[in-house]
Amino acid sequence: MEEILNISNLTKRYDDLVVLDHVNLSVKKGEVIVLVGTSGCGKSTFLRCINALEKIQEGKVSLDGEVINPAGGKLNTVRERIGMVFQSYDLFPHKTVLQNMILAPVKVKKINKKEAEKEALALLDRVGLLSKKDSYPHQLSGGQKQRVAIVRALMMHPEVLLLDEITAALDPEMVREVLDVVISLAREGRTMIIVTHELTFARAVADRMIFIDGGKIVEEGSPEEFFNHPKTDRLKKFLDSFSYD
Amino acid sequence: MNTQVLNMLLVGIKDTLYMTLGSVIIGYILGLPLGVVLYTTGKTGLRPNVFVYRIGDFICNIIRSIPFLILLILLIPFTRFIVGKSYGSTATIVPLVICSAPYIARVVEASLNEVDTGVIEAARAMGASNLQIIFKVLLVEARTSLIAGFTITTGILLGYSAMSGTVGGGGLGDIAVRYGYYRWQTDIMIVTVVLLIVIFQIIQMVGTKVATSLDHRKHKGK
Repeated sequence: MEEILNISNLTKRYDDLVVLDHVNLSVKKGEVIVLVGTSGCGKSTFLRCINALEKIQEGKVSLDGEVINPAGGKLNTVRERIGMVFQSYDLFPHKTVLQNMILAPVKVKKINKKEAEKEALALLDRVGLLSKKDSYPHQLSGGQKQRVAIVRALMMHPEVLLLDEITAALDPEMVREVLDVVISLAREGRTMIIVTHELTFARAVADRMIFIDGGKIVEEGSPEEFFNHPKTDRLKKFLDSFSYD
Repeated sequence: MNTQVLNMLLVGIKDTLYMTLGSVIIGYILGLPLGVVLYTTGKTGLRPNVFVYRIGDFICNIIRSIPFLILLILLIPFTRFIVGKSYGSTATIVPLVICSAPYIARVVEASLNEVDTGVIEAARAMGASNLQIIFKVLLVEARTSLIAGFTITTGILLGYSAMSGTVGGGGLGDIAVRYGYYRWQTDIMIVTVVLLIVIFQIIQMVGTKVATSLDHRKHKGK
């Protein structure tokens, strides 16, 4: 399959602190990549660098051959093509669910409002939240908010979807409803890069697992070999920290 | 109370409202953009720019550190240049605006700073430009706080407009000073003070009502 996203030599530093150290990654169209690693290993920063929410010091990120350059003028159009969902949902509190969803398509992509609404309603229906279209974010549960945040990102028709610990702030019983949405997206062939601590979910959804430690990709592979036959000690240690026997 | 006094008080109310609303509106025309610039160029803003921020910051601090009464006197030549005379309610609007614009800018900056950075980031991640973020996200999300700020500012300007009465500014403050202070007519002074209190209460009540009705972050009726 063809490559959609290419990250080469990506280096991110905060003054002297190297957060990401010459990271390379090639993502194919339709591929689901799950990034895991200890807190502070740089996996969230990595996602943020991909759609240029963070400036990078070295290397480059290319989407479909087009270089994302934080200093360049085309930045916003590239961001439109990469969707991102955050741990804290970040819905606009003063807007209804429907308004939340159509804001960017109408204002940024200049899509006709009626069309955007139609699409938004279809997406809400798909995640079982059609009845909540006129609710405000505070009236929704965490799981519902996150499902809205996911479909809000889909409204921009992103070519790549970045999910940054989207279940980390949820009560356990709500994790499932959100992850089910993600799994259904994976099945329809969405290209996604997911940062998560839900290893069971990772195993179910990933085409490729990546373990980041100390700002570098330490190990990567299919979920099968990644979980059952980790090659490096660091990954072994990381995986062991999740088991209690 | 004879009709002459009544008429005088009515004109006083009209002048007071004219000065307060006039200065708050023009103050916001200048202060709101300045506040947005301060927020945008600030350290955590959309487009940090130390140079621009420092200039705005400096102007705000200088004007805000001058006591209003002194500013009123300092600005007399400028007021005369703009309005043609240095006394009366229209002339008072000039120093009121100069005094309030930097204050308004600070209030606006503080309101915008309250907006959750995650929400701004989400808008940015969806490809929104800085201008789109300012108009479609920041000003919308900060509206409750902006209206609260507007109400506070209006209240302060009401007080300042009364203060300008000491130098012939017109309005209820002027009446209170001329009749109550210079002529020892305490009853008229008390009436003007009560009127000022009533106007203040109305402003505060309306402001709070509007802010609450526009706030979608909390459960209604709580």
